[in-house]
Amino acid sequence: MSAPAPSVPRVDPAIRVRGLAKRYADVVAVNGVDLEIRAGECFGLLGPNGAGKTTTIEILEGLNRPDEGDVQVLGQRWTGGADRALRERLGIQLQETKLQEKVSVLETIELFRSFYRRGPDPDEVLRRVALEEKRNAWVVKLSGGQRQRLSLACALVNDPELLFLDEPTTGLDPQSRRQLWDLIDEFRDRGGTTLLTTHYMDEAERLCDRVAIMDHGRVIALGTPAELIASLGAEHVVEFSVAGTLDVASVERLLSVRQVRQEAGGFALIVVEPHIAIPALLAELARQNVELHRLTTHHATLEDVFVSMTGRTLRDE
Amino acid sequence: MSERRALAATPLWQLTRVRMVGFLREPEAVFWVFAFPVLMALALGIAFRSSGPPRSRIGVVDGPGAAAVITALQAAHDLEVVRVASSDAEAALRRGRIAVLVRPGDPGAPVLTFDPTRAETRLAQLATVEALEHAAGRRDVVGATLDTRVRAGSRYIDFLIPGLIGLNLLGTGMWGIGFPIATARQQKLLKRMLATPMRRSDYLLSHMLARLVWLVMEVVAVLGFGMLAFGVQVRGSWLAFALVNLLGAVTFSALGLLVASRARTIEAVSGLMNVTMMPMWLLSGSFFSADRFPTAMQWLVQALPLTAVNNALRAIMSEGAGLLTVATPLGIIVAWGVASFFAALALFRWE
Repeated sequence: MSAPAPSVPRVDPAIRVRGLAKRYADVVAVNGVDLEIRAGECFGLLGPNGAGKTTTIEILEGLNRPDEGDVQVLGQRWTGGADRALRERLGIQLQETKLQEKVSVLETIELFRSFYRRGPDPDEVLRRVALEEKRNAWVVKLSGGQRQRLSLACALVNDPELLFLDEPTTGLDPQSRRQLWDLIDEFRDRGGTTLLTTHYMDEAERLCDRVAIMDHGRVIALGTPAELIASLGAEHVVEFSVAGTLDVASVERLLSVRQVRQEAGGFALIVVEPHIAIPALLAELARQNVELHRLTTHHATLEDVFVSMTGRTLRDE
Repeated sequence: MSERRALAATPLWQLTRVRMVGFLREPEAVFWVFAFPVLMALALGIAFRSSGPPRSRIGVVDGPGAAAVITALQAAHDLEVVRVASSDAEAALRRGRIAVLVRPGDPGAPVLTFDPTRAETRLAQLATVEALEHAAGRRDVVGATLDTRVRAGSRYIDFLIPGLIGLNLLGTGMWGIGFPIATARQQKLLKRMLATPMRRSDYLLSHMLARLVWLVMEVVAVLGFGMLAFGVQVRGSWLAFALVNLLGAVTFSALGLLVASRARTIEAVSGLMNVTMMPMWLLSGSFFSADRFPTAMQWLVQALPLTAVNNALRAIMSEGAGLLTVATPLGIIVAWGVASFFAALALFRWE
């Protein structure tokens, strides 16, 4: 399908952003963001609501104008002159677009397909998102997951080089989320570049080669999910709660414990080796004569990275 | 193969098709555009039908002399005579069961009771007096000849059908364009389409095109019904008739576009549309002649686009006018259309 590839690796990034800033009347939405997204990778913008993810992605999509900074998408700037040519190469899924309700799945795809010069046949697109059986169903009759796959299909009608997905699985049930993840994987396997935003850290860990964690309009951490988790200095988390007051300072000094933080209804320790830290913790609780109510452990996640950097959880407003 | 672009694969065709199927699948929209004006024409056509000269009902109070009065009145064709008991007479008059009450004066002249402020009862009274005088031996001196043929084109239904067509052009233009655009904006569908290489002009044009398809259907529905059920005719030029409809539809679509150019919600656009349409419903002479408004208001009434459409349609349908005769209203329609369209383009908000 493609010409014999020259052996020179593609070095041009798919997206390059320098010093991006956007202010609204009383809020600074994006405050000096630098990003470089490589061709062929799946890149995630992770952060809580209001972190500036949607503003950033809409500026990259050419739907919003930055106040400051330089944005290059597939080597091109949004200027007005060659915008339509650039749009031919992009696939875009917005947050919360409602497609026309009493129009069928096939009619919707044919409509979006007509906007592009080239791309697969509508039937092929339907097959890719597994909506062949629903081809004549009206949009209003689709489940949430099916609507989201139709919305993704509309972004794939032109075989884009670069796919933007804003919160692609928000509000979906677990099975529908996994179905969408598989579709996004398939797109990357065909060589496409993906930029997605999400506030689900499991989604970012599952899908993304690299993630940027955003908070208050800035990128506060950037790297592969594994690198970011490793930056905690340890990869296990022990959460517990007690009756009575705990002397936190002496827990912090325990063997193998890297960090202690107070959470709603208890404490969380970031530890290197649980089999050393947990006995030490139990002994310390006994010494302080404090009763243990609950104790669980899990592998550190991007959520723990975010919490340790900001002191807040991703679900906080 | 994907490079070949048949007509069916062009954005303008696809946008127009989706607009049309989206509309035809909304039963409420179809009802308001097609069935409602026909039902309205039917109801008003029946209520105001011309069914021969009206007959007035005259009550004669029972008693001596009543028989002579009744015989005299029955000689008049347009009077229906009933005998009423003296005790019921006042009530019958008050409730409107009779137009005029006659008390035979035996001896002496009869006494007529009626409401002089209503044209209908006044006519009944005159006919009653005439019948009584004729019976008493009065002879007509002038002897005027009466020509009582009813002229088609001068009935209320002939006045009403052009008004309903005008009203429908306004309604469909406003609702059919303003509503889907405001909905698409609110649901971020406009923004989503802006993220594709779609031309903005294709989007706006598709609304106009879909509108023109319904135009043919709705005018045929109302006019066809008027012709079949009431014998309404287009006496003037069909070309002029078609042109007024086309320009009217385009102008009201542009007005709909203008009203929807910035509204972010359905509620906002509904409010704006009612504010725009209500003055025209009242002032533009769809149901009764706009000449009834005072002279001081006529500059406003005559400047409204719906007044211009109604005047032009009536001139063509009832008076047999051609294109040149309706040049002034056509000018007003075009001016409104051009001004609204450019204002809409300048103000239009895509997000």
